[in-house]
Amino acid sequence: MPPSSLPDGDPAPASGELPSSALAGLGTTDLGIYVHVPFCSVRCGYCDFNTYTLTELSARDGDGPSIGLDTYAAAAIAELGVARRVLGDAAPPVSTVFVGGGTPTMLRSADLVRVLSGIREHFGLRPGAEVTTEANPDSVTPESLAELAAGGFTRVSLGMQSAVPHVLATLERTHDPDNVARAVAAARAAGLQVSVDLIYGTPGESLDDWRRSLEAALALEPDHVSAYALVVEEGTKLARQVRRGEIMMPEDDDEADKYELADEVLTTAGLEWYEVSNWARSAQARCRHNVAYWSGSNWWGIGPGAHSHVGGVRWWNVKHPAAYAARLAAGESPAHARETLTDEQRYDETVLLTTRITAGLPLSYLRVSGRAAVAGLIADGLVDGPSAVRDGRVVLTRRGRLLADTVVHRLIAP
Amino acid sequence: MARTALAPHATPPELIRNFCIIAHIDHGKSTLADRMLQLTGVVDSRAMRAQYLDRMDIERERGITIKSQAVRMPWESAGQTYALNMIDTPGHVDFTYEVSRSLAACEGAVLLVDAAQGIEAQTLANLYLAMENDLTIIPVLNKIDLPAAQPEKYAEELAKLIGGDPADCLRVSGKTGEGVEPLLDQIVAQIPHPVGDPDAPARAMIFDSVYDTYRGVVTYVRVVDGNLNPRERIVMMSTKATHELLEIGVISPEPVPSKGLGVGEVGYLITGVKDVRQSRVGDTVTNASKPAARDLGGYRDPKPMVFSGLYPIDGSDYPDLREALDKLKLNDAALVYEPETSAALGFGFRCGFLGLLHLEIVRERLEREFNLDLISTQPNVVYDVTLDDGREIHVTNPSEFPEGKIASVSEPIVRATILAPSEFVGAIMELCQQKRGQLRGMDYLSEDRVEMRYTLPLAEIVFDFFDQLKSRTRGYASLDYEPDGDQVADLVKVQILLQGESVDAFSAIVHKDKAYSYGVMMATKLKELIPRQQFEVPIQAAIGSRVIARENIRAIRKDVLAKCYGGDISRKRKLLEKQKEGKKRMKMVGRVEVPQEAFIAALSSDGGGEKAKK
Repeated sequence: MPPSSLPDGDPAPASGELPSSALAGLGTTDLGIYVHVPFCSVRCGYCDFNTYTLTELSARDGDGPSIGLDTYAAAAIAELGVARRVLGDAAPPVSTVFVGGGTPTMLRSADLVRVLSGIREHFGLRPGAEVTTEANPDSVTPESLAELAAGGFTRVSLGMQSAVPHVLATLERTHDPDNVARAVAAARAAGLQVSVDLIYGTPGESLDDWRRSLEAALALEPDHVSAYALVVEEGTKLARQVRRGEIMMPEDDDEADKYELADEVLTTAGLEWYEVSNWARSAQARCRHNVAYWSGSNWWGIGPGAHSHVGGVRWWNVKHPAAYAARLAAGESPAHARETLTDEQRYDETVLLTTRITAGLPLSYLRVSGRAAVAGLIADGLVDGPSAVRDGRVVLTRRGRLLADTVVHRLIAP
Repeated sequence: MARTALAPHATPPELIRNFCIIAHIDHGKSTLADRMLQLTGVVDSRAMRAQYLDRMDIERERGITIKSQAVRMPWESAGQTYALNMIDTPGHVDFTYEVSRSLAACEGAVLLVDAAQGIEAQTLANLYLAMENDLTIIPVLNKIDLPAAQPEKYAEELAKLIGGDPADCLRVSGKTGEGVEPLLDQIVAQIPHPVGDPDAPARAMIFDSVYDTYRGVVTYVRVVDGNLNPRERIVMMSTKATHELLEIGVISPEPVPSKGLGVGEVGYLITGVKDVRQSRVGDTVTNASKPAARDLGGYRDPKPMVFSGLYPIDGSDYPDLREALDKLKLNDAALVYEPETSAALGFGFRCGFLGLLHLEIVRERLEREFNLDLISTQPNVVYDVTLDDGREIHVTNPSEFPEGKIASVSEPIVRATILAPSEFVGAIMELCQQKRGQLRGMDYLSEDRVEMRYTLPLAEIVFDFFDQLKSRTRGYASLDYEPDGDQVADLVKVQILLQGESVDAFSAIVHKDKAYSYGVMMATKLKELIPRQQFEVPIQAAIGSRVIARENIRAIRKDVLAKCYGGDISRKRKLLEKQKEGKKRMKMVGRVEVPQEAFIAALSSDGGGEKAKK
């Protein structure tokens, strides 16, 4: 789910070619593929992801090439061809695939399976590869889920968001809460692992509302739960409502209370945090694809606006599906811009990302100034003392997870 | 226009007229001066740069004149060619002494008043100064072309102030040029010519001195007795320093070297000195080989009245700030500074200024010409503290204010003149009352305009008096003041503590009755300005060990962005980099991170130094 506004960067070449330095370690790290499906039936008021309703797309249709539900898979497979050409023969088989959106399940399961087959043809899949798709509880059926499982998908991530009707209404989520339970059951029947996504801190949501949502999620016995604080993104309907004073955002402390409650309730139910916003039934149930993001692995993002990272080069595709289709039709890379990270930037990113996960950041990675800051962070209760002393790793405490920005700043300060 | 100009050094005093223009800013002095330069042929119309005399950008933008200069203009009146020396005067309250020296160089003054606005307080103060100096005053109403002009009303006001008939008040428009030629004729007719002894040892008064990067210090003088000649050795009588006259001449309107300057003449000297302190305004220049026995009198050392700490926002700019101050000092004899360290702000300088505008000008020049980002602390005045044991302490910074055992504190006071429409008398009295003012007198200038005279503590003026005055009189009041000694007052130091740590930059010396409101104001403001930290931060205002106000900044509990997937990483890192830059601009007070913006916002208190522009 790439955000809709793209960062600034350097121009990317039409061929999509990468510097040889970026490709150097290709064979020795895991390779992931992210597939962005930029379609939704309606746009939710809080969402700033790069996604389009079919009406929006048809309204913009001109004479040029574009993509819709029917042609998406072909375009994605065309970009896989670009990826294969750019990465070359040194590219390893793919370890993880994650299809996000948008609403990937707006596509027919057959199309999703076709894209996965494309990945298999161009790169191959490692044995035991994790293959996830996000899904809207309203747009799956037992049949469509079975078809995905049969085609090689192993995991489904369901957008539940909340179990409380007034919260869902504020978020403009249209799904029927009962559909979530049906979707989970169907996914499980199809042999898929199940994760549910929750959102906390929606205006008007009480602590009890949140508890109800957590308990409802746990009642589904998911393998994995993601819980995100609602962020009001510029340009969304929600941001306009907040600016006009129609909706009051809760205070930061409200989010802190809700985060602590989530961690409490989920941990008690046997799920363990492994990243600031993610909890899993077991180490095996963690989302390996997402862990790869936080560990600095390589991944290729397929689709409009999708981001990629290979060997210290980050790039992102053109945003609009029409522009994306046009690039591919012309035989060009859809990359819009890129950035080649400096050593300093890689250091900052590594600290930023790896402190988010339960494995933490090796003390040995830190510069002297960063190591010197650790004792103070332990004293302040932000970093776990035993992990640092015994394992030589910086692992956040619950309080530290909430104040991760503070921790990161103190670790990277010169 | 004169056919030929008279040569300097060979002009009989009878044909010289030295005058200045006394006017409020915006009343059109520069435009009138421009018109005179054009009519006398000194500047041709095409080369005319609007407001020719105001050189510095800041002056031009603000429409004020900081440094005076003198231009020699030929003018033919009734068949006789004269040399008119127009001496420009600074127009602001901070530069009263400079104004007095400019006036002392003249025999007459054009009192220029906007025909739509009437006289303002500073103009009035300068008019009184001119009258004390026995200058001939020529009242002139400007901007008569404006639809809102009320020349009859203000002519009467002026006549009442200086005596005479309202009908004698000249009416001009600097903009259209109307009435300017008759004015030049009146300058010749009314202003007495200079008188001096051509055979006596040379005596010339310095009324301005300006540093020029290429030529060193350019000194502007008015010769009273004798004459000055090129290549002579001259002596500055206050410092006894001797210099060689490398160049001497007149400004017309660019410097033109001459064979010398004789009795009554006005011109410039260049001796090669590099610091205006070696060529001080008010000093007397004489000839080294035949020195005068006595100076012309009236010299005064510039005395800083208002102090403020100047700190670079980026600590590594400290050496640049020092260098910049050293350079500015060359052109500003009144600027004093010494290094200072503040726990909160790091290394900086405690600087002394003539007043608030002087402070503003210096700060702006430092930022603009030297590209420095600065924080200036709340301006304060100088206090003399006497301890119980009789020891005296001269306090130029609140942090030097002693703890306990204080017998008395004295503070500088000023004589203030306020001019305003009479409907605001009540509001002004109320304000002055609040500001510990004492009414000394009140006069009606006309039916609806009143002059009020007050004694006020300078500290109150430095705080927010002018802004308050302007807001309570809808901008109609004008203010002038001059130092008037000291008074003993019940003053205390209010300290501001963050997490128990005193922040010198926020502490202030205030009257006992105002301590509480200052403490509450500052604590509340800081609570809004300082971001939440990972621990609770108490903000306290205290007098000594007694806490008088308290606020709490609650600890922040969450700052993490909940979601950070592939597409978020670049964005998140860019945000981190931006925050990292921001952290560099944070000042640490103990463990509390205080953003520069908080210092700037807190120190530029409602009014305060930042806005007290005139």
